This record gives sequence, structure tokens and C-alpha cells, in this order.
Amino acid sequence: MEKYILPEIKDYQLIDVYEQHGGYSALKKVLTMKPDEVIDEVKKSGLRGRGGACFPTGMKWSFMPKGNDKPKYLAVNGDESEPGTFKDRQIFEFNPHMMIEGIIIGCYAMGITAAYIYIRGEYGKWIKMVDKALADTYAKGYIGENILGSGFSTNIYTHKGAGAYICGEESSLMNSLEGDRGYPRMKPPFPAQKGLWAAPTTINNVETMTNIPLIINKGSEWYSKIGVAKHPGPILVGISGHVNKPGVYEIPTGVPLLTLINDLQYGGGVLNGKKIKAVIPGGSSTMVLRGEKLDGVNMDADSLKAAGSSVGTAGLIVMDEDTDLVRVLARIAHFYHHESCGQCTPCREGTGWLEKMLHRFEHYEARPEDVDMLVNVANQIEGNTICALGDAAAWPVQSFVKRFREEFEQRVKHKETEAA
Amino acid sequence: MLNQENLQKVETLFKKYPAKKAALLPILWVAQEQEGWISQEMMKYIGDLVGVPYAHVMGVVTFYTMYNDKKLGKYHIEVCTNVSCLLRGSDKILSAVEKACGTKLGSTSLDGKFTISEVECMGACGGAPMLAIGEEYHEHLTPERTMQLLSSLK
Repeated sequence: MEKYILPEIKDYQLIDVYEQHGGYSALKKVLTMKPDEVIDEVKKSGLRGRGGACFPTGMKWSFMPKGNDKPKYLAVNGDESEPGTFKDRQIFEFNPHMMIEGIIIGCYAMGITAAYIYIRGEYGKWIKMVDKALADTYAKGYIGENILGSGFSTNIYTHKGAGAYICGEESSLMNSLEGDRGYPRMKPPFPAQKGLWAAPTTINNVETMTNIPLIINKGSEWYSKIGVAKHPGPILVGISGHVNKPGVYEIPTGVPLLTLINDLQYGGGVLNGKKIKAVIPGGSSTMVLRGEKLDGVNMDADSLKAAGSSVGTAGLIVMDEDTDLVRVLARIAHFYHHESCGQCTPCREGTGWLEKMLHRFEHYEARPEDVDMLVNVANQIEGNTICALGDAAAWPVQSFVKRFREEFEQRVKHKETEAA
Repeated sequence: MLNQENLQKVETLFKKYPAKKAALLPILWVAQEQEGWISQEMMKYIGDLVGVPYAHVMGVVTFYTMYNDKKLGKYHIEVCTNVSCLLRGSDKILSAVEKACGTKLGSTSLDGKFTISEVECMGACGGAPMLAIGEEYHEHLTPERTMQLLSSLK
């Protein structure tokens, strides 16, 4: 398939090269359209957010109040901290202008006059790349006052995070942008009613915004025919773990997971020709799948849902037959405990309990009843917190124990054998 | 506390946002770049600049892992041990780092040259195992390459 988000064009990150290949023509087209027509076009394309929740982008945009009389904001989520996810970094480095063009179009469609690209602090180098791209875009008059004589004005800024996974959660991101600790906010009010500085706000993922110029240039009908109908478009998949060729690959949605793992143009097969024991399909919070049950499972929202997981951020982590899954889950639990913001008791305390219990399993110190207790604790975190971090901490535990119970039971038995 | 050049940066930062408080995180970055860490005096000073209580600044500094409220070694070695790196041998990388730096995870070497930290996923899973020194990512590491890399630091 032709690549659109990460095309193989030399120096595409430079504004001149981007323009030579049709860059900023979508913006010019949009400025002749009515804002509502732009939103309709995005709706019709079927584009769903690439940040993990798969929410329809056009619908999200339509929640924003109309008109230009009051301030409204756009926050672009480049916090990218979900373990196994490393796609937005590729956009910052190799195609920043398509993202910027998408942001300007989004601002025009929703009548927004300031957008903030929130990028994780660890990406210092990549923030500088985006800042350079923004400066070049300002110099060409595509951002700023009276863009290309249209009368529409908007500004775009980068904002550097400082190391907090929780800031990828949209309401936490807004608090962080406002200069507070990254505590998630209760909903309602939803961001489109009351977001940044109490004004209507939309939060979109970096990759989502990068898809927008494509939809405008080629039309929603063309876009909606890429990949699977209910979750269309090109999507960036990050493949990591035990594969020969880890990396970020652009695919149309719906490619089988086994193709992604084994095909030479993608993962290139499991390292040392081993079998697949387990796969985490969409970043560490998505439910683990057994290696022998991957037939017919594809990289799109519906297929992964049917298989008992989710597409998440399309960060595919492959684990071979020798992997110690108890240790992997213990490491995941450590992560969520570290990243829990501490606001809600079930998550603050529960993630710590999960970590401690899994530490016992890892070191053959678990009691037989601990297997069910793990799931009990996870069940009591899930759904009982302000934001989805609690769910994200619970899902791996629930799914690892459900689908690989024998591995946990063995960790208990071992101790019993030793004692005897 | 902030030098003249950085105070000008602060003025530019205030213009980016509709409310002064929003400039807090960026100003903390400016302070950390100047001093290498953020002292309690600096937190009080920045609180006054931004117009928020010292307690708020301290709350923010301690919430975000990248702000250092203690002095670190000359080189901050951040080793990712999260899932994708774990699967590709981050244990061995961490051991190599501890050996090369002559100190343990979470501490600074006696000569003040290295501080070793464990970090959560840095978004370099395709290049696992990896570590970062400042803003530089070092990916596709082996224990040998790690030793070479660290011994090349003066």
C-alpha cells in the first residue's frame, strides 16, 4: 500500500519538500469551505482517534460550540507514554508539517484561535524539530494573523511535559497545560463544554491530526475505503519485543496480526524462529492474547474487540515461547503503580497491592489464594476511578491471569514443592 | 536566581498562554536547564514570578519525574526497563551501566560523574533495549556497546 503518514520521500520534514508534494494545499482548499463543511467531511471519512479510545474525530469536533466570539482551544496530544507505543515520534521527525496542516484545519473547522501541542518531556529533541517546523510554517504565513488573506487567525505552540504517563489522559493533560499537577478531572463537564481555562476545548492525538490533510485532499469517500469500513484509514503500528524487525509500520487498518509479526515487510518473524507465546496488541494496557489464538485477529478496533482485547495505540508487543509472563506482568504492574497520580483510592492503593502481589509471584512466594486475589483487586479498581488509568492497570492483570492462569499457578506450586 | 537571558525567556513564555500559571512547567524547565536541578529557593523564587504559592510549585516539581529536586551527577543515565526493553534484555544493559558507572541504580557515583535512574517507557520500543543520556537516545544496545558508550564520556 502507498504510504501517506510516513511516505518514503527524502527530506519530507522540510517545508519546501512538503509543499512540492502538495503540502498545505488542503489548508488552501479548506479556507474556501465553510467550517461545518470541513467537520462533515471528517465525519464522513470515518476517521477514529488514534490515541487509544478510537472515538470518531468528526463527531468530537461537532461537540464544540459554534462561532468565534469566545476563546476555544485545541490540545494536541503528543504525550505518547503508553509502553509499546512509539509512533508519534516518527511523525514529529519525518512528517511534522502534515500534522501542523491538520491542526490548522482543525482550528479553522472549530473556530479555534490557539492550539497547544503537548509533547512528553523525554522527547526534548523532537520538540525542537516541531518548533523548527512551526517557525517555518509561520514564516510562510500558514499560521498566525489572517492566514493567506482569509481573515482567519490562529496560533500553534508546543508545550513540553515533564515525565508523567497520566498526562496522556486528556483532562490530566489540560491540568498539566494550566500549570498544575496532572490530576484528571471529573466528567462532566466534558472538555467541549469546559476544558482549558474553562473554555470549550478539543483534545486530539498527533496521528489523528496528521490524517486530516489526507481526508481534505483526497476526499472522505476515498479515505473511508482504506482498510476496514468501521475503522478506516492508514494507521501506524509499532512492533516491538521478540521480532526480527521491530519498528513503526504504516498499514491500512485490518492487517492480520500474524502478518504484522511474520511478514518480511513488517516484523519479519519471531526472533530465532521461536513460537509466539503471547501478544499485547495495542500498548501495555490492552488485554494480552495467546499466541496460538491469533488466527483471524486483525489490527482494527472491531476485530481486536471480538478477540477480547482492543486496538489501543496499535503498539504490538510480541513475546516468544520462553517469556516469563509473570515477570512481564509484574513489570507492567510496577509501571501503573509508579504512574498512578494518587487522586483516587482504588487506583492509588490497588496498583500498589497488585505490584506487591506480583512481586511475590515473581519470587515464588505467592500463596495459592493469591491468584484469585489478584483478579479481585483488579476488578475493584476497574470502573471505580475518575480516569481510565485504573482500568489500564486492571486489564493486563485480568487478562494475563485469565489467559495464562497456569503460569501463575506454577509460581505457587513451586513453593509448595520446595517446602515439602 | 534566573539570569537575564532566561528572564527574557520567561516573558516570552507568559505570552504563550492566557493565564500566567500555565507558564509554570516551561519556566521550571528553564530553571533546570540553567542550574541542572531545582532548589527550594528556586521554587520559592519561581512561585513569586508566576504568582502561585511555593507549595504549589513544590507540588508540581515533585509530581513530575523529570524535574530534579536534588543535584544529579554530570551525566544522568536513564535506563528503560519497561516491557519492550525487558523482553530485549534491559537487565543486562542495567548491569553493564552499573558496572561502567561504578554505582548502583538510583544513586550517583562517588566522583559525581554518573547518576543512574530507571525510567518508564521512553517511546523507543522499536530500538529496545535503550537508555537516554540527557536528550540523547541510545537504542539497539548490547552490554558491550553500553560499556563503550559510557567509557567514552569524559
